[in-house]
Amino acid sequence: MARLLIAAVAASALACAAVGLARAEDGASAPAHQEWSFQGVFGTYDEAALQRGFQVYHDVCSACHPLKHLAYRDLEAIGYTPAQVKGIAAQYQVTAGPNDQGQMFQRPAQPSDMFVGPFPNDEAARAAENGALPPDLSMVVKAREGGPDYVYGILTGFVKAPAGFKETPGTYYNATFPGHQIKMPPPLTADGQVKYTDGTKATIPQMAHDVATFLSWASEPNLDERHRIGFRVILFLVVAVGVLYAAKRRVWSRLH
Amino acid sequence: MAPPGPGAANGRITRWIDYRLPFVKVMHHELYEYPTPRNLSYWWNFGSLAGAMLVIMIVTGIFLAMYYTPNADLAFDSVERIMRDVNYGWLLRYIHMNGASMFFIVVYIHIFRGLYYGSYKYPRELLWMLGVVILLLMMATAFMGYVLPWGQMSYWGATVITNLFSAIPGVGHDIVTLLWGGYVVGNPTLNRFFSLHYLLPFVIVAVVGLHLIALHTHGSNNPLGIDHKGPGDTIPFHPYYTVKDSFGLAVFLLIYAVIVFYAPNFLGDPQNYIPANPLQTPPDIVPEWYFLPFYAILRSVPNKLFGVILLFSAIGVLFILPWLDTSPVRSAKFRPVYKKIFWLLVIDVLALGWVGAHPPEGIVVTVGRIATFYYFLHFLVLFPLIGKLERPRPLPLSIGAAVLGGGSVPVAERG
Repeated sequence: MARLLIAAVAASALACAAVGLARAEDGASAPAHQEWSFQGVFGTYDEAALQRGFQVYHDVCSACHPLKHLAYRDLEAIGYTPAQVKGIAAQYQVTAGPNDQGQMFQRPAQPSDMFVGPFPNDEAARAAENGALPPDLSMVVKAREGGPDYVYGILTGFVKAPAGFKETPGTYYNATFPGHQIKMPPPLTADGQVKYTDGTKATIPQMAHDVATFLSWASEPNLDERHRIGFRVILFLVVAVGVLYAAKRRVWSRLH
Repeated sequence: MAPPGPGAANGRITRWIDYRLPFVKVMHHELYEYPTPRNLSYWWNFGSLAGAMLVIMIVTGIFLAMYYTPNADLAFDSVERIMRDVNYGWLLRYIHMNGASMFFIVVYIHIFRGLYYGSYKYPRELLWMLGVVILLLMMATAFMGYVLPWGQMSYWGATVITNLFSAIPGVGHDIVTLLWGGYVVGNPTLNRFFSLHYLLPFVIVAVVGLHLIALHTHGSNNPLGIDHKGPGDTIPFHPYYTVKDSFGLAVFLLIYAVIVFYAPNFLGDPQNYIPANPLQTPPDIVPEWYFLPFYAILRSVPNKLFGVILLFSAIGVLFILPWLDTSPVRSAKFRPVYKKIFWLLVIDVLALGWVGAHPPEGIVVTVGRIATFYYFLHFLVLFPLIGKLERPRPLPLSIGAAVLGGGSVPVAERG
């Protein structure tokens, strides 16, 4: 057993060393760590925070940022009823067709449709946004070092530039953004910018935290299930390790 | 429940089959009776773990391929669809994605075990060389698999690595065009990589078959590195090693499951969740961790062609290892000097990994050059030299004597 432990520890140490080595350089100015309900072995998404976060996305972010890997039906997973989802979808128009006359036509989006973006294409987005392309947010939490901390850091990072910092025209100083010059104007500017339906006070940090939670869910919608199944799998394997160790001891005792 | 007799073909049907195709007989011989040294340590578990990983990768890969679309415009979205809409698609994909890392961890430990205990030496030279072939095939498969999600790191990794071949004088550019299926990394590249990524694992299966045949010809090496000579030295594979391997597998799966369920993206690069964009180079292009030492060797010289030659030599040198080692003794247990430099090599490879993960500036370059120099020094100079100069410690007479100790046969006092 001792030898196996050494082998297992060596194996994990080697893996961690390799990854640690690979990681060492990455986070030059890592965003400050926040508390998230979905961290840790038993972590799950907070449904109320997800709905508030969706409100922030809906009222603020979606003016420029698409969320193209999500369908409206996915919102049922964060607690909206099918009727509510239908209502949300119906706020948007999608091009459908061709109809029996061979014509394309506009119709209200349905729950099965993917989220309708603010711009018809990237070129339209650039034209409207002064040359900058607002990235799709479906995977933003997985696609940035720091994950939700990064998103939170960007949204709360619009502070006064330190004295002597040369800002390029058309950019904004952001403490978290690499290089500190971001083309996105501060999206969350005032407390109460979003009217939360659940009565939570919509401070800027609150809105940033909620929308980062929502975007984490958008990046990793199966996290709750993954944590739940994982716990059972690991429990099973712990028992299997015990049983097989006992079996091994017993079989090998014949040799001694 | 009674153990089957010789040949194990007892039932009428098995006897009928075995007379025509000795399947049961061979399996019984190779997996049941197969005489195995009684003193194998847990370091010998990694061979069967590698086999298990190969099966896991092929099975999950086959299911992923049912949903994946190898088209430059659709690949990224199809992977996201697997993650979101395919039932347990996220599980399959996380098992497969992290499986590559687990496979390499297991295989690297397996290789270092072979190095420590001299498993590459007579009469196991071909066994070792087939192992190196498997490593090469695994590297090609892993590289092409990483390209398939068509994220930023997929695209730029593919660009950098395929470009290496352009360093070959004369035919280099033609080879690159052939690899790309065009003049840039694009849809044809993705298509052929998908095709090869599906093919190569089955080539690996075939070479693993040869690896096993070679293994079973002379049997496993063991921590003492001495041949097994009689029944006192070996035990049947089943149940002793089947149960030991099962136990090892369960421990391994436990570690694997922790990563898959609680840190599935820890080993990956966040950049690969951004769709490939040929117009935007990521801040730094870093290969997956398992390629970092080789990447460091590649970058250790300013000349591209020389770097590529060093890269291939780093693996090529493993092929000729059995003939570089001049020591008559296999196991490092009895080789006081080799034992020390073995750990030096481990540190050297970890240092190369560290170098590979960092932009080549300042101290990183220096460390990279020293570590690369030592890597080749180790195999090309120290290996032959130490084998000749070192005075090995006395070997035990037999495995049985060493394991059971204090028995009738005393430990040899030789040398």
